[in-house]
Amino acid sequence: MNAVLDNLDLYFRGFGYTLFLFLASGVLSMVLGTLLVAFRVGPIAVLSKAAAFYVTMVRNTPLVIVFAFFSFAAPVLDIKFNWLQVRFGDFDLTAFFGAAVVSLSLYTSAFVCEALRSGVNAVPLGQAEAARAIGLPFSGVMTQVVLPQAFRASVPPLASVQIALIKNTSVAAVFGVAEAVSQMRTLTNSFSSERTAIFVAFAIGYIVLVELFSFAANRLERHWRIA
Amino acid sequence: MRFTRSKALAVGAALALSLAACGDAGEDDAGEDVEVAENAAEDFEDGTRMKEIAESGKISVGVKFDQPGLGFKGATDDIPKGFDVEIAKILVADLGIDPNDPDIWVETISDNREPFLQEGRVDLVLASYSITEDRRKVVGQAGPYMVTGQQLLVPADSDIESIDDLKGKEVCSVTGSTSIDRINEQGAKGVGFDSYSECVQKVLDGTVEGMSTDGSILAGFAAQNEGQLKVVGEEFSEENIGVGYSQDSPEMCEWINETLTEAFEDGTWAEAFESTLGPSGVETPEPPTLDECV
Repeated sequence: MNAVLDNLDLYFRGFGYTLFLFLASGVLSMVLGTLLVAFRVGPIAVLSKAAAFYVTMVRNTPLVIVFAFFSFAAPVLDIKFNWLQVRFGDFDLTAFFGAAVVSLSLYTSAFVCEALRSGVNAVPLGQAEAARAIGLPFSGVMTQVVLPQAFRASVPPLASVQIALIKNTSVAAVFGVAEAVSQMRTLTNSFSSERTAIFVAFAIGYIVLVELFSFAANRLERHWRIA
Repeated sequence: MRFTRSKALAVGAALALSLAACGDAGEDDAGEDVEVAENAAEDFEDGTRMKEIAESGKISVGVKFDQPGLGFKGATDDIPKGFDVEIAKILVADLGIDPNDPDIWVETISDNREPFLQEGRVDLVLASYSITEDRRKVVGQAGPYMVTGQQLLVPADSDIESIDDLKGKEVCSVTGSTSIDRINEQGAKGVGFDSYSECVQKVLDGTVEGMSTDGSILAGFAAQNEGQLKVVGEEFSEENIGVGYSQDSPEMCEWINETLTEAFEDGTWAEAFESTLGPSGVETPEPPTLDECV
């Protein structure tokens, strides 16, 4: 255990990057996913088809391939993230971080869209009809009536999607972000005799993150059930 | 009936011959030929791991498959090639086993070298395996058979001359490697990818200004991308590359050292170096001094 205790700064910096990746891509994927679901259930056929195509394509692509695309293929097509140069104390959010957030957000938004769609389907048809009857346009029907109820209904699947995202951030370890798994590999390489202890310490880190998030999701679910 | 059967036999024999010919052709470019020791089992004392291996005729050696010049296996290669592999061949041949048998070679990555030795999945590891105090707590390490240091690989038109010019900037290497630690110690920021060739890509597309690892590995990539990349800077670390073996058989250390000393003296070590790392422009150094076995 000494290897981790002596390098607690590395440990926390690693999980710091994991957390930054999760927060940035979590928010972006929710926004993008909501937009996608609005397209999918909306009245414009082209947008609906496009959203369905996007979901099918991205859901069928392994995350590593999405990462590889934004790391290796995108720069050739002149899509670069070199403009990103943000500093947060010890944390450098640079091109690699940008590419990782974009990959994770695009990937996760497809799952967010489908989780939300299950929520939309749970809203009784009468609600949308009533909203239309009082003269709300489609945007009003969605933002005022359908989506608020859909979000409440889809908290459990959305939480699952975001928990998967927490763990998916580990793929960034081999795409230039010094997050938790990357730090773990550095430590197991330098302290080979304490491999198991190091592994357990990092597993605990992930468990804590996931449990904290599930707890928050549970409270939200209960809060909304009473309301 | 008889006629067709003999014809089939002839065709079969011809096929087998041509296949064997293919095999021979493949071996020609598979590196140096080493002489396989005859009746090797008699050379070792009873009860030693070497005797056991020599008698069974089976050995597994862990090498890298993705480092040009050291241990590299292309998609169509039967056995990997590189300097690590050549040294391993000398050891394998000393046990009376033909090193051209593909079953001997097992891919080890940086992360699984100790577990593989501890579990007995491999008998020896020659996978650019730096000798460190901490590793010697869990596995045996004999050697070193090579001393290298870390340098920088930058675009050919870059002004960077040493690691000092990259303080505070991002330098690419492999996730979890010793190289990343050294980069961070020098004040630059190590960013990790899965393999060195991916780092080369990041240097070429300009996301990072340079990458760093052992000079011998970088020289190989500079040769592959002539005119686009160059190796610069003094070596800013010293890595002693050794042979890993299991702590269950400490007697292997003496044998490895003896075999290496022989290879140093009769020139096979230098030949192995020239044929693998020589083409990328690395000069053949003096053989390193071996550590005493404990």
